[in-house]
Amino acid sequence: MTTLAETAPGTLQVTDRKSARAFVDTHIVPYADAYDRQGRVPEELLERMTAAGLWAPFLPRDTGGGEMDGGMDLVTLGEVHEEVGRGCSSVRSLLTVHTMVSWAVQRWGSPAQREQWVPALGRGDVLAAFCLSEPGAGSDASGIASNVVEKNGGWVLNGVKKWITNGQRADLFLVFARTATSIGAFLVPRDSPGVEVTPIEDMLGTRASMIAEISFRDVALGPDALLGPSGFTAGMVLTGTLDLGRYSVATGSVGIIQAALEACAAYASRRTVGGSLLKDLPLIQAKLSDMVTDARAARLLVAEAGRLKDAGEASTIMATWVAKYFASTAAARHASEAVQIHGANGCGHDYPVARLYRDAKVMEIIEGSNEIQRVTIASQAEREII
Amino acid sequence: MSGNAKEQILDFVRARYPQADIDETQDIFALGFVNSLFAMELVMFIEKTFEVTIPNDELKIDNFRTANTMAELVDRLSPARV
Repeated sequence: MTTLAETAPGTLQVTDRKSARAFVDTHIVPYADAYDRQGRVPEELLERMTAAGLWAPFLPRDTGGGEMDGGMDLVTLGEVHEEVGRGCSSVRSLLTVHTMVSWAVQRWGSPAQREQWVPALGRGDVLAAFCLSEPGAGSDASGIASNVVEKNGGWVLNGVKKWITNGQRADLFLVFARTATSIGAFLVPRDSPGVEVTPIEDMLGTRASMIAEISFRDVALGPDALLGPSGFTAGMVLTGTLDLGRYSVATGSVGIIQAALEACAAYASRRTVGGSLLKDLPLIQAKLSDMVTDARAARLLVAEAGRLKDAGEASTIMATWVAKYFASTAAARHASEAVQIHGANGCGHDYPVARLYRDAKVMEIIEGSNEIQRVTIASQAEREII
Repeated sequence: MSGNAKEQILDFVRARYPQADIDETQDIFALGFVNSLFAMELVMFIEKTFEVTIPNDELKIDNFRTANTMAELVDRLSPARV
């Protein structure tokens, strides 16, 4: 089958915020509400994202002649994910989980694992999903029940993963499961015998992110399925991968605030009440000014977390917690106000704000619920100050 | 290198846990300080500060128990000096 990536060589390459904004305005914004209603992102857009180089641009790239460059820096990646999140949180969610798995393979993979997976993940030929949550364990990773046992020099995986973003479509799963000594990360191709994918439909938000429940029944894996170290440091694969996911969710939350602001500014400039434009009413101005302020504040927190990641600073982990907590709560607050500003129009399909409202709520839950985040942030404050 | 590395590592751990009295031989795991978040921070700190990459086979608990063992790890991973 000929793909769009092959037939559309002129597709805009996304290399920074400006090109991401242009891509999103052309290929995502006009269709995001349709994706939301259909409950999926069409293959055409996935292929166009491949053509644009959107899937994992931070991976080292072959620049020809065997030379590699370092890939996109994480500040720029954050700006790109913000723009995608401004257009559609479902699409941004697909990028988030693909980013997490791609980074994990690049960071923790053996030379053979990197050779097998990184080029295909970088191009988007293989799409990935991150499998941590279970029916009985969400933010609490210690509650994982899925397990692997060593057998015949390899592994046998059993368990059920739930709420898996892009589970319906992904080709490769990064599955966290209990080993004899810790929690390990395992690379599981979708077509492995014993893998069963069940779509989860009609979610509250990010409805087009193709969420699934995935069952693993006696899935036989080779010895090279284990990603990263075993033992005490196995938890770092999870910590590091979630950190990057949290960063992407934070950027996407900024995108939601920006989308709410843009929708409200446009609506308030047209809609009249009692002979006055909404934009001239002080209570509406107050809401818009809070959106502007929080968008800028959240963007700065995200940029700081990204800068620390690029510098390799350990403090990026806490900076990312803070950024995600602030940005996601602000997104939920302002998406709610955006519906309020639109009145009954905000409750229907003619404006994007109802989708933003539903998507924003999800941001407060995923990649560590905000309650967990507050506990973690408070713990940091205690150990630094007390 | 290792004497300096030891001090820098101790400074990092003490900055994270200022209420603790830690010396270079104390097992930070036994003291109950290490969770996955701190472990990740520790690895990032060592890689950034000493410009090394810690391979998977060196990510063993015994390499991170004390400032001494971490400094030895840094020495092993650092390019040979002439």
